[in-house]
Amino acid sequence: MATETTREIALATPTPVAAPRARRGLPTTARRALILLAILLLWQGYVVVSNVPPLLIPSPLAVAQALLQDIASGRIPAATYTTLYSLVVGTLLGTLAGFALASLAVLFRPGQDLLALLSAILNPLPSIAVLPLAMIWFGLNETAIIFVIVQATLWPIAIATDMGFRTISPTLHMVARNLGLRGLRLVVDVLLPAALPHILSGLKAGWAFGWRTVVAAELVFGVAGAAGGLGWYINDSRYFLNTANVFAGLVVISLLGILVDLLFTLIEQQTVVKWGMKHGV
Amino acid sequence: MERQPTDAVVTVEGVRIVYRDPNGRPFVAIDEASFTVRPGEKFVIIGPSGCGKTTLLKAIAGFLAPAAGRIVVAGREVHEPGPDRAVVFQDFDQLFPWRTVLGNLVYALRAAKGVPRATAEQRAHHFLKLVGIDAAAHKYPHMLSGGMKQRAAIARALALEPAILLLDEPFGALDAITRSQLQRELNEIWRRTQVTIILVTHSIQEAVYLGHRVLVLTPAPAVIREIVDTAAAEDVESSAFVALSHHLRELLVTPGQAERAAVGAGHATE
Repeated sequence: MATETTREIALATPTPVAAPRARRGLPTTARRALILLAILLLWQGYVVVSNVPPLLIPSPLAVAQALLQDIASGRIPAATYTTLYSLVVGTLLGTLAGFALASLAVLFRPGQDLLALLSAILNPLPSIAVLPLAMIWFGLNETAIIFVIVQATLWPIAIATDMGFRTISPTLHMVARNLGLRGLRLVVDVLLPAALPHILSGLKAGWAFGWRTVVAAELVFGVAGAAGGLGWYINDSRYFLNTANVFAGLVVISLLGILVDLLFTLIEQQTVVKWGMKHGV
Repeated sequence: MERQPTDAVVTVEGVRIVYRDPNGRPFVAIDEASFTVRPGEKFVIIGPSGCGKTTLLKAIAGFLAPAAGRIVVAGREVHEPGPDRAVVFQDFDQLFPWRTVLGNLVYALRAAKGVPRATAEQRAHHFLKLVGIDAAAHKYPHMLSGGMKQRAAIARALALEPAILLLDEPFGALDAITRSQLQRELNEIWRRTQVTIILVTHSIQEAVYLGHRVLVLTPAPAVIREIVDTAAAEDVESSAFVALSHHLRELLVTPGQAERAAVGAGHATE
């Protein structure tokens, strides 16, 4: 119990300048929930009063109904699984490739030139622009989508990791060499954890690119038919003029985005914030 | 006179260290440095700021290769860094922030010497007790004060059981009270472990208090001005302590011309 208290104090003291929370009355979450509720009520009221055709703007209740229906029928869970599967596999491959490139860059001079050259050429390329090429190479399938996600995530992660490796404290680097570490061992045991604050920002940026890319790629694949992801679900619903389902798809995409952001915050709390490498948010 | 390998833990022979400035021009930091350090000795390197004290220590640690001469530690010529020459730096950020204090020691033992986990933990606790911070074993470095961080770094270096402990101004960034406390503790640690120490400092008081012998460097390009025997002076209030401090101050502040005249003011030179 005593240690618990000291720890809390130690963690809390470095951030006395944090934004003034809940000046008075309700906590943040409750305030925001109220605002959200107000927006939904306005929306519902507008739909009821204006008699706008549900084909253009369905009511929030209709959206909720469509959402629950398609969750129950398994359409949304299946689409979500498809999208997340491509995204996770693509981001994982992109991360590994990014780590590999950054490691080569920090260990060998030519690796540094390779990373600088490739990232200069390929990073500015919107990854969705590579989709037609991916379709020629792999066909209209998951592999093409994963390829595009790799292209979206690889460069932000490689660049951030490289930056993290380069800004490691010279003292820490000397300590590692003093212990006789070098090569892969040096990278895995010291450089990667030391660069973690940078790597996490790179992952966040990479994930955001990948997320936008996967939905866009699936919209294009709407023509391909079966086993589509969330982008395909939205496009399919549009095709049959199920506007409420289009909204439902958007809600799911937005919620997943929020969830992943929360996941990143959690990872940061458990690592770089806990280790004092980055102050809490 | 002391050429037998058993007699010297460290032998520095005619070492010259050359840096390149940003324009690529060579710049001699250390020249003609020759000295030996005996087993169990506390050897101090002192000199005017910017003279290359740390450069010399980094060369012994293996971070810098001499342009001429050679450095032998425990019978092996130095070519690269290694855990037989454990270094403690001045910076507080020398502990791995993602490992607890105990984790830092255990990792060092496992990575550098392949010690099995259970043995490593035992040994880590032993050295944390030695420096008096075993109670903080499970804390992360950022929760510790500067003095505790330096104690942890010393414990990590000692746990490696190095042939020589290299201390690069380890107390330089500490407040005066913590500093004198740690100086006393370092003496106590030395008494109990008999570890050979090379300490770089810019504090005359620290040099006389901690050192058996003090090597005085001239301003850059640094050569050895004198090696002063300070083993007799440990009591800060003794007249020997005062006289030696005075002598070191003279060596550090007077210009090089007076060098030969100043030698032999009753202190042994090598």
